Amino acid sequence: MISLRINNKPVQFDGEPDTPLLWALRDHFKLTGTKYGCGIGQCGSCTVHIDGKARRSCMTTVSNTEGKSVVTIEGLAKGDQLHPVQQAWLEQDVPQCGYCQTGLIMTTVEFLQQHPKPSDEDINANVKNLCRCGTYVRVRKAIHRAAELSAQEK
Amino acid sequence: MRIKNHTSSQTPADLSRRRFIIAGSTITGSLLLGIPLVSVAANGAASNESSRIGFFINILENGDVIIGNAQPEIGQGLRTTLPMLVSEELDISWDKVRIESMPLGIVKTADGYTWKYGGQGVGGSTGLTRNWTFQREVGATGRLMLMQAAAQMWNVPLEQCSTKPGMVVCEPAGKQAGYGELVKLASTLPLPETAPALKPMDQYRIVGKPKHNKEVRDIITGKAKFGSDTQMPGMRYAVILRSPVLNGTVAGFDDSAARAVKGVLDVFPVEGPAPGAPYHILAHGVAVVANSTWAAIKGRKALKVEWSQSPNQDDSSEKFWQQNREMLATQGQVVHDQGDFPTALAAAHSVVKHTYEVPFVSHAPLEPQNCYAWVQDDKAHIIAPTQSPSGASRSANAVTGLDRLDIKVEMSRVGGAFGRRLTTDYVAEVCIISKKTGWPIQLVWTRDDDIRNDFYRPGGTHELIAGLDDKGQVTAWSQRLASGSKYYRRPDMKDEDLWKPELYVDDFPRAMVENFRLEYFHNFIGLPRGSWRGPAHVVNAFVIQSFLDEVAHETGQDPLALRLELLGRIEEQPYGNHGGPTMTPGRLSRLLKFVSERIDYSRPRPKGRGVGIAAHFTFGGYAAHAIEVSVDSKGEFTIERIVAAIDCGFAVNPNAVEAQLQGATIDGLSTALELEITVNEGRVVQKNFNNYPLMKIDRVPALFEAHVMNYDDTPTGVGEIGVPPAAPALTNAIFAATGVRIRKLPIADQLREKMTA
Repeated sequence: MISLRINNKPVQFDGEPDTPLLWALRDHFKLTGTKYGCGIGQCGSCTVHIDGKARRSCMTTVSNTEGKSVVTIEGLAKGDQLHPVQQAWLEQDVPQCGYCQTGLIMTTVEFLQQHPKPSDEDINANVKNLCRCGTYVRVRKAIHRAAELSAQEK
Repeated sequence: MRIKNHTSSQTPADLSRRRFIIAGSTITGSLLLGIPLVSVAANGAASNESSRIGFFINILENGDVIIGNAQPEIGQGLRTTLPMLVSEELDISWDKVRIESMPLGIVKTADGYTWKYGGQGVGGSTGLTRNWTFQREVGATGRLMLMQAAAQMWNVPLEQCSTKPGMVVCEPAGKQAGYGELVKLASTLPLPETAPALKPMDQYRIVGKPKHNKEVRDIITGKAKFGSDTQMPGMRYAVILRSPVLNGTVAGFDDSAARAVKGVLDVFPVEGPAPGAPYHILAHGVAVVANSTWAAIKGRKALKVEWSQSPNQDDSSEKFWQQNREMLATQGQVVHDQGDFPTALAAAHSVVKHTYEVPFVSHAPLEPQNCYAWVQDDKAHIIAPTQSPSGASRSANAVTGLDRLDIKVEMSRVGGAFGRRLTTDYVAEVCIISKKTGWPIQLVWTRDDDIRNDFYRPGGTHELIAGLDDKGQVTAWSQRLASGSKYYRRPDMKDEDLWKPELYVDDFPRAMVENFRLEYFHNFIGLPRGSWRGPAHVVNAFVIQSFLDEVAHETGQDPLALRLELLGRIEEQPYGNHGGPTMTPGRLSRLLKFVSERIDYSRPRPKGRGVGIAAHFTFGGYAAHAIEVSVDSKGEFTIERIVAAIDCGFAVNPNAVEAQLQGATIDGLSTALELEITVNEGRVVQKNFNNYPLMKIDRVPALFEAHVMNYDDTPTGVGEIGVPPAAPALTNAIFAATGVRIRKLPIADQLREKMTA
């Protein structure tokens, strides 16, 4: 039995300990906002926060998160109040198919903590998620907008 | 044609009372011209859902309106754009609208199956155009019935009634009522035999205005349900180990280790098609069913399968490209010949000839293929991420034998499609597995499965020849193509028709050049083929738009001027391929001039900096790109600026069109930069995004303009139109900056190699 916190709630996982966190989240905890895209840490669609750090949930086993705090896209907004990154995504109308977007948002949340006023070069160097629909033009705008919204919140 | 048989709970009286005239089409999508199909309206009539008017409109008491959408949502935004059409004519406030996804609707008539909600399916950029009139008529009819209800309630003539958003007003009587108060009565009125007149363009309040996607909030909070998110009671997970060799079969397998994996419930072979036979699924394999995705994947890893010999086990890309070159040294099938090409070429003042290679590519939607199905003895339930719900229904019928009316097909949101989900092999697979086990099954494809089992865009080698007179005018043109046709393994396909999906006769510049010839050679390789966003347009636009630049440079002409001269030769041409019936070259000229001006095309750039342009007509829509690049001495290049423009007729949702143009441009560039599927010893070499590397944000310039340029009052297709010119605009820019011509895609290391050689 593995104990961890997901979206601020203590939970237990009684499946196979070598299960990647991704599949534990999706199949066991029914948190399907975290997506499978490649299974090798390339696409970033499965990005979640583990103890505040953006991590590819396909690349870590659930046993490695024992005692840790995991935040998924479902835990990002405070009730109806969207996180500033989500708010920026809404304003810029970023998604097309939408499949990669939750991972992109989770990546951006941590990125903006490291780079509160990012340059385009900062974005290029750090946001490596894949979007097959090519929403990158709006992603870039939304990241800059999210930085503004986050600054206003502080 | 009236519905003669139906299986719903509605009574014949309900049917006649609730008839609804829609544009009729057969289940395969072809129009039954002149025969309007009378379809049944509303599940609501016979039930207690008195809030519904027809299938698509559900008005709540508080005035909120739920609009049904029957079309697949693959990221093109149709679930927003089509309800805009209904809302416009229904006359409601857009912020009161919510969207509901409708299942596949088919009914059986004396003439076979036909659509219940009008044709469903997206492909060929027709999702909007096929529904443009129909969905507005749905809204206009709903509005008329609400006015009729009000007239009846107030006992006033209908002519005195009109609407404001969400309400009917009768000014002479000084009365008004919200739609929510009127819908109960409206839902009992007979449907009009014909749709009322539609609004003129200058009265649009919603249509033509940029609207945000209605589903963004669900997407960014993780609530949107994609196919792979389906979770049902008692559901098990399945994966398939498919033959790694094209057309390999299972000679034997040892599943003892797989069955020993905790959570694995069953292991059994799944039979694929015979080599050369039409595909119902892509490959032979062994299925592993488990109580979790991870157990299924682990079980599959533990499988030991002995694969048989395959007729394709020696296939290789190297051989394919070599054979193409050998074929092009011979005489092929002349598929179009106008004027006298050989004589014109012989008489030409100058001749330009070059050869281009465009590779096989994979669709690689970010959500790999997957599907949910529960096949029972007398019925089946399917939830599919698909472009073709009727294809899903047919696939399920083919492998279960169930009547299609007993197969319920629902559509999830789709995590990218790009043409991949026009085929429904994964639906057949999951139905086979569910039927065998009796369990509800979620079929999971891993990324490896998806990259290595695809209906790839065909690769080919193109030889282009142009003859010019002493004034530099093109007088003769030929394109000779050796490729693996998309129609490979289509049922009942004749060899002499294999060229048809690879060369579109009416494409530019056939109508502009008097002496014109197209020649085709079909080469054999065991890779499955299919439609990839913009199909052969993307390939041919790269080839033709690159070659035009070469012709211009080699004959001392300006690439833009040469294009405008050719496009200016005629005002309009018949266009027999999909997207016709006509093509107006001037619309391409307008876009070319526009993007060239925006990027300041004629301004001289320093060495290492260059601008390229290209334009193409695809499926009724027009697009052009101007791209500026900088290249350093080692051949590292940066896309500095992109100006893209689309003319999709009248843009119903300019915001969605802009998004599609941005995405299509990036799709074209991403594919041109690095993407290629190759085969070695009968196996697909690429497996995942590490060796099939999609473009990341770092190569997309901050200077990126996407212009939506309206033309007239009718929309054309949108989704595919922006892809074709992007790649040649880039390689033309690379040439302008360096003098290095890219004649082979992907670009990959070619520029680095050429500049450091």
